[in-house]
Amino acid sequence: MSITQFILVSVVKIVLATGGLLTAVAYTVWLERKLVGHIQNRWGPTRVGPFGLLQPLADGLKFIFKEDLTPPHVHKPLYIAAPMIALVCALTSIALIPVGGWVRVAGLSTPLEITEVNIGLLVILGLASLGVYGVALAGWSSNNKYSLLGGLRASAQMVSYEIALGLSLVGVLILAGSFNLREIVDAQSGTFWGFIPRWNIFRWPSQIVGFLVYLTAAYAETNRLPFDLPEAETELVAGYHTEYSSMKFAMFFMAEYANMITVACLASLLFLGGWHGPVAGPAIVQAVLPVFWFGLRVFAFLFLYIWIRGTLPRFRYDQLMAFGWKFLLPVATANLIITALIVALRS
Amino acid sequence: MVPLSFYLVLSGILFACGVTGFLIKRNIIAIFMSIELMLNGVNLSFVAFAAQWGALSGQVFVFFVMVVAAAEAAVGLAIIIAVFRTRETLNVDYVNLLKL
Amino acid sequence: MLHLLLFLVFGFACVAGAVNLLVQRHPINSALSLVLVMGSLAGEYLLLGAEFLAAIQVIVYAGAIMVLFVFVIMLLNAGEEERTAGSRVALVLGLPGMFIGSVLVAWLLLDRSPTRAVAAGALKGDPQTIGWLLFHNYLLPFEVTSILVLIAIMGAVVLASQPRMDASTKKEG
Repeated sequence: MSITQFILVSVVKIVLATGGLLTAVAYTVWLERKLVGHIQNRWGPTRVGPFGLLQPLADGLKFIFKEDLTPPHVHKPLYIAAPMIALVCALTSIALIPVGGWVRVAGLSTPLEITEVNIGLLVILGLASLGVYGVALAGWSSNNKYSLLGGLRASAQMVSYEIALGLSLVGVLILAGSFNLREIVDAQSGTFWGFIPRWNIFRWPSQIVGFLVYLTAAYAETNRLPFDLPEAETELVAGYHTEYSSMKFAMFFMAEYANMITVACLASLLFLGGWHGPVAGPAIVQAVLPVFWFGLRVFAFLFLYIWIRGTLPRFRYDQLMAFGWKFLLPVATANLIITALIVALRS
Repeated sequence: MVPLSFYLVLSGILFACGVTGFLIKRNIIAIFMSIELMLNGVNLSFVAFAAQWGALSGQVFVFFVMVVAAAEAAVGLAIIIAVFRTRETLNVDYVNLLKL
Repeated sequence: MLHLLLFLVFGFACVAGAVNLLVQRHPINSALSLVLVMGSLAGEYLLLGAEFLAAIQVIVYAGAIMVLFVFVIMLLNAGEEERTAGSRVALVLGLPGMFIGSVLVAWLLLDRSPTRAVAAGALKGDPQTIGWLLFHNYLLPFEVTSILVLIAIMGAVVLASQPRMDASTKKEG
């Protein structure tokens, strides 16, 4: 297709993806409040709209109208830049996530992702690494001992668990032979013995271990319970976002939930078979149905995230770091070695 | 098409800035960052030459340079922390006695 | 044309970051300028076709090593640099010296080097090929650097840990 058609299609995809991601972030907040409420034997938000479905709208309006005050003692350039860094890195990851196969619209065929990059998985890991700056700089620029401690702890935690996260994914990469997310999903098409789908989570003895390591490392990367000590209110007066109010706090909030959604999308793509599922019907339904199956997997992962948030208590910081370095890292390395051995012996 | 010499000039500018920073900065961490800048300049010239001669070994060497830079950064920063614990200063002009 | 434009954009960001590192007095600003330099260098590597290296540059250099630097700056509460007599001498002598030296080298490179132009992404440094090279031709350096990293980890842990001898002799408070 010509360059103007390409730009037009890309702009449409960007608008749809960003709008979809922001709506998903807002409604993940709603889902969390409802689910955690029901786990704790109470209703979540029920007043605003049916089942509290307009609650995110009310929250957004509240954030916009709240006073955005900048304390006088902060280091201003970094104080303002830190939430932006966090949000930019969180929102950019959606550009690399494929949500479906190729579609034909008005004679143009395009893949259902904003860019198809050969090293897509590495770029997502790189964006996760850059997201640490938002947290570290927020903690330091707030000029406040609770924020500094929270920022230091959060960035140390994120850097430590990035290693286990990356290593748990290398098993999947060995099986698929490529960093391209679309190729990894395509390698999971088909079934074992006719009825078990060929998802990576069912392959070999060790990919389930890889999935569990990825799950745990993802909880730590996104600073969620049981690893949310750096932002826990009872521990550090809200940690690195103590001094932030209104829209800047909303940016951190959105960045955290966008990270959650990115991690859930990655898990669906790498371990749960992407968008594969029964497809039937006319062409338009066949194009949209994979997206639906993908969304179902992401929803299941987010449900698991929120379920664990409502159930488990918090790790203490030294327990957290010991767990990441002394348990997860060896387990991820063992998973990698076993997967590599099996693949090498088979070929 | 960008001539290779442009990449080399950019690499040279980065290296020169690194050496300048190493000479004029007094904060030990800033000096260390100038060393990293020098390493990055050299990495760029490696990749540029790899592209010119069509030899991927240039890129593999950059990989090793990055690993060594990471190891050096870790040990160097640990030394800086140890020196700070005893001398209480990060200014290299004041760390000029063998014994306090 | 687009190649030249992208090269100039990334190159300008590199040089601006490098000069800002020299000019800024607070080390945190220098560290963030260096992160900008590394990000722009990742863009330059992409222009030269080294996609794996660009990703590794962002993940390892900008995302881990520089985080370590920012960490240490935050931990040691580094303040702005002071101007001492030594730094004044270094500024007066070092800055013009480096400038003259680099202009000389740049002129030599532009004038004498028999190099030809490089197309964008001409040499594809995809992960599969680099992985093959790493594990076949360069296996020994690979293993040696992994041992080097192990030694560095042990050294860093030992150097940065609290000294245990003094804890028993120092009084609390």
